[in-house]
Amino acid sequence: MSAAKSKGTDFLLAVEGLTVSFDGFKAVDDLSFYLDPKEIRVIIGPNGAGKTTVLDLICGKTKATAGSIKFAGKELTKLKEHQIVHSGVGRKFQTPSVFEDLTVFENLEVSYPQGHSVMGALAFKRDRAVVEAVEEVAETIFLTDALNEPAASLSHGQKQWLEIGMLLIQKPDLLMLDEPVAGMSVAERKKTAELLRVITRDHTVLVIEHDMQFVGDIADRVTVMHQGKVLSEGSIEHVKSDPKVIEVYLGH
Amino acid sequence: MKSSSPLKWFGSREGLYYLALAFLLAVILPLVLDPFRLNMVGKYLTYAFVAIGLVMCWGKAGILSLGQGVFFGLGGYCMAMFLKLEASTPEATAIQSTPGIPDFMDWNQLTELPWFWEPFHSFSFTLIAVIGVPVLLAFVIGFAMFTRRVGGVYFAIITQAIAAILTILIIGQQGYTGGVNGITDLQTLKGWDIRTDEARTALYFVCVGMLFLCLFVARLVQNRKLGRILVAMNAQEMRVRFSGYDVAAFKIFVFCLAAAFAGIGGAMFTLIVGFMSPSFIGIVASIEMVIFCALGGRLSILGAVYGALLVNAAKSGFSESFPELWPFAMGALFIGVVLAFPNGLAGLYRSYVMPLEDRLFKRGKAEAQTSAEPVATTASAEKTDDYDPMINTYSPEKS
Repeated sequence: MSAAKSKGTDFLLAVEGLTVSFDGFKAVDDLSFYLDPKEIRVIIGPNGAGKTTVLDLICGKTKATAGSIKFAGKELTKLKEHQIVHSGVGRKFQTPSVFEDLTVFENLEVSYPQGHSVMGALAFKRDRAVVEAVEEVAETIFLTDALNEPAASLSHGQKQWLEIGMLLIQKPDLLMLDEPVAGMSVAERKKTAELLRVITRDHTVLVIEHDMQFVGDIADRVTVMHQGKVLSEGSIEHVKSDPKVIEVYLGH
Repeated sequence: MKSSSPLKWFGSREGLYYLALAFLLAVILPLVLDPFRLNMVGKYLTYAFVAIGLVMCWGKAGILSLGQGVFFGLGGYCMAMFLKLEASTPEATAIQSTPGIPDFMDWNQLTELPWFWEPFHSFSFTLIAVIGVPVLLAFVIGFAMFTRRVGGVYFAIITQAIAAILTILIIGQQGYTGGVNGITDLQTLKGWDIRTDEARTALYFVCVGMLFLCLFVARLVQNRKLGRILVAMNAQEMRVRFSGYDVAAFKIFVFCLAAAFAGIGGAMFTLIVGFMSPSFIGIVASIEMVIFCALGGRLSILGAVYGALLVNAAKSGFSESFPELWPFAMGALFIGVVLAFPNGLAGLYRSYVMPLEDRLFKRGKAEAQTSAEPVATTASAEKTDDYDPMINTYSPEKS
């Protein structure tokens, strides 16, 4: 199936035969999956299944031992991290990583896709377009009133939103979110689900999540990983009723 | 937002800090000090160039270099080579077995000028080399280290090793470099005798001018987006990388910038002190430079200037009365900075003096407001000192 599918150009992301081994341990083992444009895919699986490593591989944080990652027809495995970002892949980390010393506005401004070279950053001017883009994203992530606050003063949930906002302002084609609702209160979870629904209107999203209710809320399709391999793939109902998934992940 | 006109900037609090420093260096010190002491202050100021570079490189971007003496030395040696060649005319060196080459070469049985000395006959080449040579070396080191993601302690150790290597090289290659004595007996710059009191005073003012030039370049960098990226990189390198920035390029840039400042400082040192030797560029000298920066406040470019001035003044004072105690005092100072006030003098100033200023400012402002036109009220008006990362506070447009 994979050989035939990879010829197609319909996929936004085509991961094929992806393998990475750390000192002989294969964290991701001959993994293949495909993302359609505008699809919301959730990756679930037990701890140590290699979910985060898959995101690391796609965004270039970890180099693949073998296999290919084609994004919009472009091979990503040979590119550097910032080049992958410029190709249109945004990555959010599990623990919120925002620039604590900078204000919310500056956090978003730094992520604005302009002036990314040294000289560009020296010449960068905060013009109307930048301010408008920042204000627009700030509204989406519920932080309009906090634009002048240092990011350090935000709550955990707000930091998560800010980081999502920092991805949004890059205008990526693919957003990768690693456990976006982990550690959030119930109210924040609801708001985040709402946020994701807005985002997914015009982005392809790849999410790692444990919260099955949340997964059911947002996912088009679910990929279940186990020991670096795909255990099952399909709709949430399909996956939930798959005996293999129940065995290793959901429990009886 | 930012003050729009330069004139207005001088009235801002940050502008006043710069004016105060300029007044101190260009008016007060020349008036109260005799030429000998003023020359000493000039020497201290040459270290301030290095300290400013360290603020950018270490304080902001988090790259600790324990080898800034290398770049200081390269800039200094470039200038010294030019001055030495000018002092070594065939007439002045007629008693040598090979007239027309520097005296130490003659003592070391060299019979012609080494090829790499030749371009230093030209003053314009020398001026370019003063910045170019340190920057080139910094680029090579930076490229080799940062693209391989060598950082932190490992980078610090490597820079220290380079400082050791350069010192050993210079001492070992006596015939080419003047060895452990350095390059001495420098006399004139383009025919102008640099040993007179007038010349030394003039050079002091040149040094102050160059220092402010470097301060403004550093300030420009820190206030642009580039400066915010450097700060961001320090805390969240990964996030910067995944925001689409080539982190290595930014690190190379700031390391080269620090090297350029150090090179200028080194050249000014040679001019002001009148010679250059390996003792100013080795491991100990390089670590002392970090202390200037740390004491002044590693996040404040103005603090770095005061740090360099005060530590060097203290060093001279101590060395005159209790020479054997200085190393201990220096060590105690460093421990004190690290343990008690990690943000140095600038940090102390910020926590203890600035609140007092705030009160004064507010009263002044209230008076101004009643008499003159209303003062623009922006969120940033209160906090525009030189190391506030939030210097460009966003204010919603009222369009």
